[in-house]
Amino acid sequence: MGEHTTTLTDASFDETINSASEPVIVDFWAEWCGPCKMIAPILDEIATEQAGKLTVAKLNIDDNPEAARRFDVMSIPTLIVFQDGQPKKKLIGAKGKGQLLEELSEFL
Amino acid sequence: MPEVRNVIIIGSGPAGLTAAIYTARANLAPLVIEGEPSSTSDQPGGQLMLTTEVENFPGFIDGIMGPELMGNFRAQAARFGAEFLTEKVTKVDFESRPFKIWSGWSADHDGEPTHLASSVIVSTGAQSLMLGIPGEERLVGYGLSTCATCDGFFFRDHEIAVVGGGDSAVEEALFLTKFASKVTIIHRRDELRASKIMQERALKHDKIDFRWNSRVVELHGDPKLDGITVEDVHTGERSRMDVTGLFVAIGHRPNTDLFKGILDMEDSGYLITVPGSTATNIPGVFACGDVQDHTYRQAITAAGSGCMAAIDAERWLEANHLEPADIAETPTNW
Repeated sequence: MGEHTTTLTDASFDETINSASEPVIVDFWAEWCGPCKMIAPILDEIATEQAGKLTVAKLNIDDNPEAARRFDVMSIPTLIVFQDGQPKKKLIGAKGKGQLLEELSEFL
Repeated sequence: MPEVRNVIIIGSGPAGLTAAIYTARANLAPLVIEGEPSSTSDQPGGQLMLTTEVENFPGFIDGIMGPELMGNFRAQAARFGAEFLTEKVTKVDFESRPFKIWSGWSADHDGEPTHLASSVIVSTGAQSLMLGIPGEERLVGYGLSTCATCDGFFFRDHEIAVVGGGDSAVEEALFLTKFASKVTIIHRRDELRASKIMQERALKHDKIDFRWNSRVVELHGDPKLDGITVEDVHTGERSRMDVTGLFVAIGHRPNTDLFKGILDMEDSGYLITVPGSTATNIPGVFACGDVQDHTYRQAITAAGSGCMAAIDAERWLEANHLEPADIAETPTNW
């Protein structure tokens, strides 16, 4: 995991999301999900390149099923962008870096 | 202008990565343009990235997980100097030499190509067919899935259905029994097309039911899937099934849109190669794997034809006096 990427748990979820001053992209992932592993390095790159403008936070759904249930995650990878504590955008499925950045452009 | 590569391989499933291993060992310093992440089979590593256990790839007595197998292929190619670019090819021009290739999200198709190559190996594979019925796009990720291994987890104790009758459909159904309370296989014929060993496992599984001679015609639910309408293909009779998950595995189509009007292909889209070789209608362009095979479509046959394409490309480059570039001069920032 990249140095600019943080880890979320069910316990830390609300506090992290609510206290963040910049948008937080939560990456709902699991060890057994191939496409999740494929986008992990891309998210690390985005976290590094956009440091200060947004935060990338990873949430392992095996260990933290509660947050996934709360936000109706039914497919992974799912990325949810939170701003001011509220979910603003949901991106389902793995995507390349160019497409991801375009979909995130409104938050950058 | 970019440097002219000896060989560029488009696609990174078993065919493309085997071609990469062989061309790398022939000192051709191949570049593999491997595709972009996606949640369908159209992605780096190909169709096996979405499977679980591969039991029929020779050399693995107890089987191996699909993504692990493809990770091994890739690492083996990298060990011999193959380079990888995680982008999608968006345009090719094979009319003049060297061949021109454009890749990446923001490639300018009117401007300079992003890559030049003396020879090209096409191994873009095939991607899953979707149902083509209303509501499908909206419900992907909300109960409709193209990846059982990614999404099965979310259907613990749910009643779900799998559409299709081939090996992929049966494999998905068996995998999904780990989570779901009941899995119904919906198939348009009255028998499965899957291999005998998979058929037997499904037919005797107590969580798996069958709806024969049937097809899915409607999806219900907003925002999440809560049911489907199934039609009997003989009588036309329709009925509703309450399922919260639907997994689609009804076959594949070759990824050849890029090559329309450029490479010879069958009406079905599969590339045509000279029998007994991987040569296409353009000398110096070779095709291997599922993109040119609608008969066998196995990882091992794809790998075998990838090896053929590498040897065909190497011999073609030699015959045309296109010298292999020195690996040490290959730029590393690609």
